Amino acid sequence: MVEKLKDLMSRCYIALILLFLYIPIFVLIVLSFNNSRSRVVWGGFTLDWYRGLFANAQIREALITTLVLAFASALIATIIGVSGALGIHAMSRRNYRIMMIFTNIPMLNADIVTGIALMLWFIHFIPLGFGSVLLAHITFNIPYVIMSVMPQLQRMNISIYEAARDLGANALYGFFKIMLPQLMGGVLSGFFMAFTMSIDDFVITYFTKGAGVNTLSTMIYGEIRKGIKPEMYALSTLIFLVVLCLLLVVNHVGARNEKKNRKYYLAQESNEREEFTL
Amino acid sequence: MRKRKNAVLLAVVLGAACVSLAGCGGKEKEKRELTVFNYGEYMDPDMIDQFTEETGIRIHYEEALTPEEMYTKYKSGAIEYDLLCTSDYMLQKLIEEGEFQKIDMDQLEYKNNIGERYWEFSKAFDPENAYTVPYFWGTVGILYDTTKTDGPVDSWDVLFNGKYAGEIVMQNSIRDTFMVALKYLGYSLNSDSEAELREAQELLLKQKPDVQAYLVDEARDEVVAGNATMAVVYSGEAYLGHQYNENLAYVVPKEGSNVWLDSWGVTKYCDDLDAAQQFLDFLCREDVAKKNFEYIYYSTPNEAVLASLSEEERADESLVPPDDATENCEVSVQMSQETTDLMDTLWKELKAD
Amino acid sequence: MIKRKNINKRAWFSSPYIIWVVGFTVIPMLVIFRYAFTAREGGFSIENVLALFDPIHFKALLFSLKIALGCTVICILLAYPMVLAMRRLNLGQRGFALFIVILPMWMNFILRILAWQMILSPNGILNFIVQKLGLQPLAIANTGTAVMIGVVYDYLLYMILPLFNAIAEIDEDILEAARDLGAESLTIFFRIILPLSLPGLLSGIVMVFVPSMTSFVISDILGGGKMQLIGNVIEQEFTKSANWNLGSGLSVTLMIFVLISMAFTMKNDVEGKKSAIW
Repeated sequence: MVEKLKDLMSRCYIALILLFLYIPIFVLIVLSFNNSRSRVVWGGFTLDWYRGLFANAQIREALITTLVLAFASALIATIIGVSGALGIHAMSRRNYRIMMIFTNIPMLNADIVTGIALMLWFIHFIPLGFGSVLLAHITFNIPYVIMSVMPQLQRMNISIYEAARDLGANALYGFFKIMLPQLMGGVLSGFFMAFTMSIDDFVITYFTKGAGVNTLSTMIYGEIRKGIKPEMYALSTLIFLVVLCLLLVVNHVGARNEKKNRKYYLAQESNEREEFTL
Repeated sequence: MRKRKNAVLLAVVLGAACVSLAGCGGKEKEKRELTVFNYGEYMDPDMIDQFTEETGIRIHYEEALTPEEMYTKYKSGAIEYDLLCTSDYMLQKLIEEGEFQKIDMDQLEYKNNIGERYWEFSKAFDPENAYTVPYFWGTVGILYDTTKTDGPVDSWDVLFNGKYAGEIVMQNSIRDTFMVALKYLGYSLNSDSEAELREAQELLLKQKPDVQAYLVDEARDEVVAGNATMAVVYSGEAYLGHQYNENLAYVVPKEGSNVWLDSWGVTKYCDDLDAAQQFLDFLCREDVAKKNFEYIYYSTPNEAVLASLSEEERADESLVPPDDATENCEVSVQMSQETTDLMDTLWKELKAD
Repeated sequence: MIKRKNINKRAWFSSPYIIWVVGFTVIPMLVIFRYAFTAREGGFSIENVLALFDPIHFKALLFSLKIALGCTVICILLAYPMVLAMRRLNLGQRGFALFIVILPMWMNFILRILAWQMILSPNGILNFIVQKLGLQPLAIANTGTAVMIGVVYDYLLYMILPLFNAIAEIDEDILEAARDLGAESLTIFFRIILPLSLPGLLSGIVMVFVPSMTSFVISDILGGGKMQLIGNVIEQEFTKSANWNLGSGLSVTLMIFVLISMAFTMKNDVEGKKSAIW
């Protein structure tokens, strides 16, 4: 009975936090149906912005750039960050500290400082374009990966890995078979944080991008002066709904699989599976 | 084994480098191209395609939000922009720094579409009309909700007399806000006298508790939505505001104000001056200027377009500021370094208060 | 110490990261250092580096500290119950819940902040509801409270993710055992959950505290430009006033200041063992 009540309370709390996180999203969704170019005037219901969205090649291009950029930068940052974290973790206390200071630096600087510094540096060896933005995004993404992997590395039982190595497993094999499964939660959340940071950034992107390269963020930034184009609200709503549907499907399939699995592996320790669910 | 590991590391690094470089591609030089730098949402995107269709010259188009951002990115030399559209004082700075090349105005078939009045305005920063071609212009004034004000709104005084305390939105920009105070005090908006600037700051400090917010781009929306009674805005914003809420009116206060002008210049990097001039001429052409006007709705210096406007549009003072509205107005010019630094400090003091 | 050899070898894993740090963090920082230690007219000067202690800048710094500290504390207070509540969900639901928390952050940052402005403004959505309930309208817009809501909203995710990773890993058996031995919920929290989640908490603190100090868009839009954070000052020096030297100087000092204060606070906690961030 007490457990039931606790369950109910925790669900209510989750709902409250989600409400806080989703209120602005609801506003954006409502605005996407607003038949007025101004965000502060309600002009009735319309689907025009959705129609306009599909006709707009620039937005489509910016969307693709944004997604490719976010995915590539998060992926590369995750690879470099995870291997970096593994290495740093094995360092002496002094070197460890030094490396962690450098890890914190990109987070410590205001975006504009990072952006201008990278721009001034990039122009020496690479033309500003998609490539330079990607390099910049990887740079500010890596710390988030390290920050999220490091705690798990600290709590991980490293002796299994060391034992495997002593028994002749090479480093990569040991990493993929032993370490990575234990670190998966941190790696995934690092990846998603990096992905999120990349989607959100506009200042660093602005200074490191070349002419003609646009992400959704820089596009929206340019629109502030004349008022955000309602197509952007429509796009946000679409992205939101598509991802949400995907999640629901995956969750549904996952739940069914889990039921199946439970029948077969009833005896298995629950925390073994835990690591694979993010 | 050690070697293999290093090889893997190398592969990862190289892989990252390749991915990053892949996006850059080399520039082809045979095709005629122009790299154009403009404010955000400051040209009808269809016009860019149309220009390429007509002339075969490709456009790389890049946008910025503020003149200072443009300056930073331009000056870094990262991208060799051919054409730049920015505001009066920034144009002056670029001309003085030798960043622009002279335009052969005789090559511009449609340059006479730009009215004489605007070439005169330009002389404030381009004395010989040799470097810049006017694009859009306007004034700075007060956008206010007529249902919430009583008595005339025709002076900057309404912002300072406390009558509309908490209902005022000022510009979150150093020069625009100091302009208001300087003009109210009867000084030039280009004043470089420390005493005058300090007096202006004192006035603004006194006003700060009455100010609801210092905004840039959202100022118009706040009045449209009824969150504020009045805001200092650019005339083009006022026209849009009026479209969304017909109770709004716009006034250029009688003490005078700032008349601003955004113009095009050709940078020293441009090695195809002919292409750049074709582009400028294209922008002056009536049909193109009209399309851009209908996209942006700022005041156009193009008299051919003005002549084609409806009675109603021509009567709108925020769209077509009449001569007497700009009588006491000044164009902002580039300030000396000392004055800029002083204003910067005074502004920070105002904000920190 | 027997495994020392393997450990040292493992440090090699970090070489791509070290290359990256040198190439894209250290060298661009040197550019910034050069600006910081140069007077605007040229020549060496430490004036810009000391400028942070000018009364105007120091005031902005204090206000930023207040916002960043408040934001961090609120994020911790909101995130702990959230992750504990999420822990109560079954495994399949956990991953789903986590994605639901991340999803709103994939909508554009500027759009979300503008949506908050619409919610909080005097004639906004919140006041509409409040007045429907027959209450006095709230004056949140353009105050420190609005800025606080904005930063908490934007950074909460970066507290939830690392905390969740840490807490999801705690073995239910340990908690069960503690309960069986008669430990109360609070005791369990402070004696077991908190210590075990400490590395994640520290990561979260860094990822929330540090970036929230240098944000400027939130204070400009939600604070109505009346609040001046140190991020606003730096941004102003770089863009509006084009005084890169002062901007760099402020930025460098801020960075050192935060690094030192982090070193001090962490030192006592982690004697003898490596923390997640230092």
